[in-house]
Amino acid sequence: MHLVIVGNGITGVSCALAVRRLRPDARITLVSAESAHHYSRTALMYVYMGHLRLSDIKPYEDWFWDENRLGLVHATATALNTRENRLTLDNGTTLAYDQLLLATGSQSTRYGWPGQHLAGVQSLYGLPDLAAMARDTHAITRGVVVGGGLIGAELAEMLHSRGIEAVVLVRDARYWASVLPPEEANLVDAQFEANQIQVRYRTELGEILGDAQGRVRAVRTTAGEEIPCQWVGLATGVAPNLALANTADVETDRGILVDEYLRTSVPNVYAAGDCAQHRRPAAGEVAIEQLWYTGRMQGETVAHTLCGQPTPYRRGVWFNSAKFFNLEYQTYGQAPAQPGAELSSFYWEHPAGRAALRIYFRAASPQAVVGFNALGLRLRQAVCEAWIRQRAPVATVLAQLGAANFDPEFFPQHEQAIVAAFNRQFPEQRVVLRQRKGLLARLTS
Amino acid sequence: MTPAFAAPPLPAAPAAEKLALAGVAAGLLALLLALADADPTRGQWWLYGALALLTGGTLAWSGLHYGRRPAGVQQHNLWRRASTSRGAVAWVTSLVLTGFYVVLYWFSGNDGHGHFGVLNNLVHALDAFSRALRARPADQWFLYGTFYTLAVLLMGGRALWKYRHSRYQVIRTVSVMFFQLGFAFLLPGVLQFFQQPEFYFNYFWPLKYDYLFPGTVTSLLQSGGLGVFMVFWGAVMSLLATPVLTYFFGKRWYCSWVCGCGGLAETAGDPYRQLSDKSRAAWRWEVRLIYPILAIIVALTALLWAHFATGNTLLGEAGNVGAKWYGFAIGSVFSGVIGVGFYPILGNRVWCRFGCPMAAYLGLLQKHFSRFRISTNGGQCISCGNCSNVCEMGIDVKQYAQRGEPIIRASCVGCGLCSTACPRGVLNLENGPRTGRYQASPLIHADSLRILG
Repeated sequence: MHLVIVGNGITGVSCALAVRRLRPDARITLVSAESAHHYSRTALMYVYMGHLRLSDIKPYEDWFWDENRLGLVHATATALNTRENRLTLDNGTTLAYDQLLLATGSQSTRYGWPGQHLAGVQSLYGLPDLAAMARDTHAITRGVVVGGGLIGAELAEMLHSRGIEAVVLVRDARYWASVLPPEEANLVDAQFEANQIQVRYRTELGEILGDAQGRVRAVRTTAGEEIPCQWVGLATGVAPNLALANTADVETDRGILVDEYLRTSVPNVYAAGDCAQHRRPAAGEVAIEQLWYTGRMQGETVAHTLCGQPTPYRRGVWFNSAKFFNLEYQTYGQAPAQPGAELSSFYWEHPAGRAALRIYFRAASPQAVVGFNALGLRLRQAVCEAWIRQRAPVATVLAQLGAANFDPEFFPQHEQAIVAAFNRQFPEQRVVLRQRKGLLARLTS
Repeated sequence: MTPAFAAPPLPAAPAAEKLALAGVAAGLLALLLALADADPTRGQWWLYGALALLTGGTLAWSGLHYGRRPAGVQQHNLWRRASTSRGAVAWVTSLVLTGFYVVLYWFSGNDGHGHFGVLNNLVHALDAFSRALRARPADQWFLYGTFYTLAVLLMGGRALWKYRHSRYQVIRTVSVMFFQLGFAFLLPGVLQFFQQPEFYFNYFWPLKYDYLFPGTVTSLLQSGGLGVFMVFWGAVMSLLATPVLTYFFGKRWYCSWVCGCGGLAETAGDPYRQLSDKSRAAWRWEVRLIYPILAIIVALTALLWAHFATGNTLLGEAGNVGAKWYGFAIGSVFSGVIGVGFYPILGNRVWCRFGCPMAAYLGLLQKHFSRFRISTNGGQCISCGNCSNVCEMGIDVKQYAQRGEPIIRASCVGCGLCSTACPRGVLNLENGPRTGRYQASPLIHADSLRILG
């Protein structure tokens, strides 16, 4: 079998590694124009900030690919012929496949703002963007970031690391309003403040203004305010990259349409990761998933199907994580920004705002826990996931809370304060903390 | 990789930081004057002036540089500064350090008339302090010990500022500062003051290899009750306490909490931790070097005892000659000249990683008989590489984290920086039950492709 994978991001590489394990004899070829070797997209910011070098964000050393007989082709696939099972590459060659995985990722979305093609206006998705940002933010004094999500916060942090004033435009009334409840968003806002990032909430980009040389000189908000700047970062989301799929008869909508086995409309052609759109997403799940973690899971799943073990994609208990300046964030399970009436949530915040924990649970007895938001403290994923799967009652979870503590040794333990806060908010429960973390706790309890 | 990246100039340091650095520079200059000035009184003033400037400058710079930013991981421009990315500054620093060790080891011995070669003036500038502490004049080793301790304390102060957001790092840094100052500097000095043998209670065989040599043991045993205790302490720590403590806490109880070499690496060497080579090729060298060195020192010790037991007839002078060569090649050249001199080029744990027999011994225990591991938190790793970057022992930590596997490696000294630097809260140093110690996260399919080997 010759498996050709278009894209060497986390989805394509996860698939390649899983196929190599399942089918040691398979011939596997990865095609990518972006980079000769797989790199971690999520780590681009650390290269810009000088924490890491480009070579440091490669998850595998260069010998790894040869030793595991993973062929790498550094080229763009420009056309797909599904009748003859053949890819055309921009280096003048073609590549025949038995099975094909499209893992072509995303491209940044722009909403047709006037001036969005000026020099110094960009998004951050891949290596060329990183190079452009390094070049265009050189010796500037102020940059404007558009978008109140994860990439928006990253871009602000990147500018800040080079002493560039960052102004962030956020359409909603709070940071990441689609995901974070107000209390969590406030803690992130405190991080912006501590790092002198100006965040303009309820502010939308109207147009981008250029100078005579075609370089950005300012942005104007929809309210008419003009903010002078020399660089604009658009962090308003990504959309599936359909360029290759659209050269063939592969059915697409917003993404490449796939069934639960990640099969496209064409035999022997599969799609996974950012570029795939699920025809029938499971209840409560989205059709297009654009995360590192979902890319990895989809890549591993489709590998099984490719190797003759048809495996439907099941995302499992949701999880995600991020870091906003110095504030770490982890979330597990269902953690909606605005829970409906069927969910209750308990929220605790450290008096100095250093940490917070929210636990979502069903309002109806036995008040099964469905999700967590953790800020400034680390939770053990396996434990949280087990509680969610077992529908553990919130009182049980709080009594055992120490079992989920993943903070380093000697860190302040907040379990007692959390349980006390819970008992104040939900006096009918009267939880007693039974499990704390660590050796001393075990000795003294 | 394809695109070219513009390397922007570094942001200019604020004036106050520059002033503090000027203080450090002035201190180094005063040190040179102390070295050059043959007048003992003036030399003393130069030296104390230098130490005051170095202390004030280093601590002020640390406070200004790290203190005015919010507490958290502070790595901006790490790979862009010449001093921390093998630039010209790093090479000069390395040359100066290496040169100092060469001069110290081979050109500053006592000529028998109280003259200490190249470093003579500096040594005598410390006479008064040495008399107060040890009731005897200074020698080149006392000068070295003073500098070494000062480096651990001052750069320890820097580390405390830098890592103030992590209690693990704060407590660990205080620990290495305490053991260096108390156990490796003041206590040996006080022992000498009371005419007792000079003994370092925080160094053990096989690192301090002669502590279990028959020569040292017999001479300690002859020096009274305290000497007997020292022999007892050395033997118990090496042969009993080391396996027991390593079983419960891993190698870290020693390497990154107690050891003086580790103390210098964790403090003065902290700016260089990212320079350790993470490649598989480097790991192969590690295995090729460190275990043979352990075998050599074990064999040498056994031979010396066999020689001793046979009434010094078995080997002639061979054992002593072997010990001398080991001391030269491993004790001096490897641990000092290369181990510390090459901090700015090869990273701060070159000696600990490639040469230290104690680290090899602790590593074998840690790998096979310990409850210690670094746990990976489910599937949260994003392969960003921050953990591998800060690993001073050159472990490619992300190889394990991205597979959801716990990190159980002989070389890990448990400094905890991978856990501190991880932006996703994925890594945690844990002492847990040995059953299921290698258990990977059920949330990631293991890809079973080999990392090492």
